[in-house]
Amino acid sequence: MANNFKPNIIGFLCNWCSYAAADLAGSSKLEVPATLTTIRVMCSSRVDPVHIISAYLQGADGVLIAGCHPGDCHYQTGNYYTRRRFALLHKIMETFKLDPERFRLSWISASEGKRFSEVTKEFAEHIEKLGPNPLKNKPFIE
Amino acid sequence: MKSFKIPKSPDDTVKDILLFLLKNEKVGSIFALSKVHNNNHAYTLITDKELLSNITPTYPLMLANAGKMISRLTMIEAVKSPVAVVLRPCELRALFELVKLEQAKLDNLLFVSFTCGGVFPIKTKKDGLENKLKEYWENVKTGEDFQELRESCRICENFVPDNADIILQLAGNDTNTGTSVLIKTEKGAGFLEGIRDQFDEGSLESTTLDTIRGKRKERKQKTFADLKTEDFGIEGLINIFGRCINCHACSKACPACYCKLCYFESADSESDPSTFEIELKKRKAIRLPADTVFYHLGRLTHVGFTCVGCGMCSDVCPTNIPVSTIFSKVSERIQKAFEYTPGKDLEEKVPMSIFEMKEFEDVED
Repeated sequence: MANNFKPNIIGFLCNWCSYAAADLAGSSKLEVPATLTTIRVMCSSRVDPVHIISAYLQGADGVLIAGCHPGDCHYQTGNYYTRRRFALLHKIMETFKLDPERFRLSWISASEGKRFSEVTKEFAEHIEKLGPNPLKNKPFIE
Repeated sequence: MKSFKIPKSPDDTVKDILLFLLKNEKVGSIFALSKVHNNNHAYTLITDKELLSNITPTYPLMLANAGKMISRLTMIEAVKSPVAVVLRPCELRALFELVKLEQAKLDNLLFVSFTCGGVFPIKTKKDGLENKLKEYWENVKTGEDFQELRESCRICENFVPDNADIILQLAGNDTNTGTSVLIKTEKGAGFLEGIRDQFDEGSLESTTLDTIRGKRKERKQKTFADLKTEDFGIEGLINIFGRCINCHACSKACPACYCKLCYFESADSESDPSTFEIELKKRKAIRLPADTVFYHLGRLTHVGFTCVGCGMCSDVCPTNIPVSTIFSKVSERIQKAFEYTPGKDLEEKVPMSIFEMKEFEDVED
C-alpha cells in the first residue's frame, strides 16, 4: 500500500511570492511533485483555518500554505496574521488528537524557485511516510 | 472600596438602587431580567418606575447572553441617555469582547452585577425551577457545588464581575439579613452619590471567594480531563458531534459568534449535487446533514479567542452535545497560548488583530 500511495496535497500559494516561485521552479526545470494541487491566493492570510480543515476533512493528505517571508509581505503584514491563524489551528488539532503534521506553513519568496522545489518534495515525502489521510475513503465522515 | 448594606433580598436591593437612579433621573432606562406574562422571564428595557417591580435580576436563568443583547442595542451607535444594565459576570465579559470587535458601544452604560452563583439550564424552567430556588440560594451562600446548575457555571472561576461599576455580594454571602453592595468604580460612585449619607468600607477579595474559586477550578480540571479530547481523533469527534443536527442554535445563542453572514450558512458552504457525487464516489456512503464536525471545528477557529464560557451553546443544543464544555476546554488552551483573557481589559487587543514580529516559530519554516 505504502509503495503505490500517491498523496494528494493541497498548496495554498501566495500570488506575490510562492506562486511565482513555483513558476520559477518550473522554468528552471526543477522538480516539483505532481501530487501538489495548487490554489493561488492573493495573500497567505486569505487562507482561513476553515479552508484547511475543509481540505483535511474532505481527504487531502497534506495541506501546504506558502507565503512571503516575515517582513516581506506584499501587503506589509498579512503573513504575520497567517502565522497566528496557523498556530491557532495547531492548538485545536492538538487538543483533538488530529494530525497537525499534515499541515505545513512555509515562507518561500518569489526568487526561491529552488526552495519551492525542495519544500514541496520534502513535504510530499513526509506525507508519503505518514500514509494516506485516514478520512479519505471513510464513509459517514464530516 | 465604598460599600453599603440594604436589609433586603438581592432582587429588592437591585430594585432599590435602580429606583434611586430612575427617580433622581440619573439614568433614563433600566436593562434587566424581568418577569413577563404568566411567569415567563425575559431581558427587558424599562423606563417606567412602576414596572420596576417586575424585575428579577438575580433569578437564576439565562435565556440569552445579555452581552449579545446590549450589542444589538448599541451596535450602530451608543445609547443617548444613561442606561443601568444589570447582568451576570460572563455576560459583561462577552459584552467587553463585543466592544473590542466593534459590535457594541459602552458609552452611557452603567453596569450593575453580582458575584454569581450560576444559573439553571433553560429547560429547568418547565421542570419546576421555582421548587429548587430555596436550595439554590442555600448553595450560593455556602458556595457548594450544585449539580442541577449549568455545567459551565459549575466550572466557572470568573464569577466575580471585575468590570462592573456596582457589585452585589451574593456568592459566599448570607443574604437572608440583607445584601452588601460594593461601589467598584468612580463612575459607579458618581451615579450613586446621595443614596447614603455614609458608606462603609468593603472589599471584593475574601477567603470565601478564594475557596469557591478553588473548588470550581478543581471541578473544571476534572471535567476537562474527563472529556478526554486528547483521545478523540476523528472517531471521537464524530462520536460526540455525530448527533449534531446542524441547526446552528449554538452559534445563534453564542455572544462570540457575531458575524451577520456566517460562513456555515452562506452559499459557499452549501453542498451542490456534484459535491455529493464526488464524495459518494470516494466514500460510498455519506451522512446527512453533512458538515457537522466541520462546522464545530470551524466555529472553534472563529470563537476560540473570545469564548467566555457562558454555556449558552450547551443549553440550547437540542441533542445535548456538551458544546460549551468542549469549547471552553479548547478555548482555554488557545487563550493560554496567545496569553489572552477575554472580557478582562478593553485595552487588551483581540489576538487576531495583532501580532509580534517573532512568535510561534515552531509552526513555520
